[in-house]
Amino acid sequence: MNDPAIQARGVHRVFGKGRKQVIALSDVDLTVADGEFVSLIGPSGCGKSTLLRLVADLDASTSGEITVFGKTARQARIDQEYGIAFQQSGLLPWRTVAGNIELPLKLHGVNADERRRRVAELLELVGLSDFAKSHPDQLSGGMQQRVAIARALAESPRLLLMDEPFGALDEITRERMQNELVRICAETGAAVLFVTHSIPEAVFLSDRVVVMSPRPGRITGIVDVRADGMVPAHDRSAGARDEEGFFRAVGEVRSLLHGTPETAVTARGVDTR
Amino acid sequence: MTTVAEVSPAKDTRARLPIADVRWSTVLAPLVVGVLALAAWEWLVASFDIEPFVLPAPSAIWEQITLNADSIVRGASVTGRNALIGTLFGAVIGVGGAMLAGTFRFLDQMAAPVVAALAVIPIVALAPVLYSMYGAAVDTGRIIVAGLSVSIPVYLNTLRGLRQVRAVHRDLMTAYAAGPFQVIRSVTLPTATPYVFTGLRVASSLAVIAALIAEYFGGPIGGLGKSITSSAASSNYPLAWAYVTGAIVLGLLFYVVTLLVELWFSRHHRPAAG
Ligand SMILES: Nc1ncnc2c1ncn2[C@@H]1O[C@H](COP(=O)(O)OP(=O)(O)OP(=O)(O)O)[C@@H](O)[C@H]1O
Ligand SMILES: [Mg+2]
Repeated sequence: MNDPAIQARGVHRVFGKGRKQVIALSDVDLTVADGEFVSLIGPSGCGKSTLLRLVADLDASTSGEITVFGKTARQARIDQEYGIAFQQSGLLPWRTVAGNIELPLKLHGVNADERRRRVAELLELVGLSDFAKSHPDQLSGGMQQRVAIARALAESPRLLLMDEPFGALDEITRERMQNELVRICAETGAAVLFVTHSIPEAVFLSDRVVVMSPRPGRITGIVDVRADGMVPAHDRSAGARDEEGFFRAVGEVRSLLHGTPETAVTARGVDTR
Repeated sequence: MTTVAEVSPAKDTRARLPIADVRWSTVLAPLVVGVLALAAWEWLVASFDIEPFVLPAPSAIWEQITLNADSIVRGASVTGRNALIGTLFGAVIGVGGAMLAGTFRFLDQMAAPVVAALAVIPIVALAPVLYSMYGAAVDTGRIIVAGLSVSIPVYLNTLRGLRQVRAVHRDLMTAYAAGPFQVIRSVTLPTATPYVFTGLRVASSLAVIAALIAEYFGGPIGGLGKSITSSAASSNYPLAWAYVTGAIVLGLLFYVVTLLVELWFSRHHRPAAG
């Protein structure tokens, strides 16, 4: 069996000292298997971004251990084991769209021909081929976010870390990007740690949905979308959004989020068993 | 995959200066004010019989300008050359210094009092000292004075620019495990570039002023500053004013050129939404 993509054990992250102390994460245990799609969902301030940043080694945990593909988070970052997309697109405004996408390739010494080929491929993927020479300030927020996603995919990483990448998108583009992401994951077999505020998005995309709660940030429950025949074989075709199992999983995530018994908040009139 | 949302015609992505946004009224208004002021000035001098050593009429100044156009242009090129060389040197010193100070905190702290001192004393005051150091027959002293005047605002602005790197960009470079030089090249310098040119725009007028005033304290003749003092000394006030006009045009030229360069380099730096 392969090393899991992410393994977090007893992770704490405390910001500040004394009375201003904020416990952003408290005793977090989480395993993301190779090729698995896991979403983090929870109210604002529950530590989703913090957990993602710890995995990305952009921040260090106060205690606990995080491994990525069996390596320390730091080693995994140095070995470029993951691609990352932030809450803000974080594009470099002085570079063109193509220049932004090729940045990681360039930094890692990929030659010009190979870069051009890969950039064309990625632009096609996110539907921005006509905008290769545009600058970010000439694109809409959603288009910028798609460039950022293309950039995260540039080196075909085995692990994708995504912090609300679709937060700025309209509903239509969002659904299209979700379908794209599902397809990309199926093609590349990449594991994904995906932060979102949308319950349907989390359920549609994920194999498992991790529900978190704030103060202190911790995991309150994990909904295994594949299990219990909730979504048979976890079908992620666009039609899956209308399946009964989909709504049952949505209901389960929702009740975990609100901390109420599952039966009390049946999702949108869908029958529970 | 099908592209749905963006069938909009491929946008004109050629780089453009934001100059096109300037409306006519913003150009016309100051022109009208200028012309009116000149007319009032002319009328004032004529109707109150003001002596030329107090204030010569615009017409008299213009006459001197046309008569001495050659000499004015020659003077402007001498002063302008000093200012230009000084600007280039000063910019290199300012940017280089700021990069060092931005990298090593202790250098920044060491330089802070010196920079503060240089920022408040008029650097032209150094001109006589420099003349005696380098000899009064060469322009070196003037170039140094202009260069020093330029280096301070360029240094301060560049240093500020180097500190504007956005957290998300820093995170991105960390995620890419980029080396220190890669970070400087890909993120830090491009972030600072518009600030460098803002500093240069501010400094460019200072360079002309410094190069001009430095001539008042001696040194070789030929520049506008020297011509202003010598025409004033020989009581040819309209001619002195003609040279002053040349100096104004020279300063404007420096300003406009650096402004265009600044606009060009910051054309994409409007922070992108999201
Ligand atoms: N650098 C920091 N310094 C101090 N406190 C921080 C820092 N980063 C995060 N926190 C705190 O940690 C907690 C969790 O923050 P985090 O950004 O992980 O939340 P989140 O779940 O991503 O929220 P959102 O959904 O709004 O993005 C918050 O209370 C926040 O104030
Ligand atoms: Mg967040």
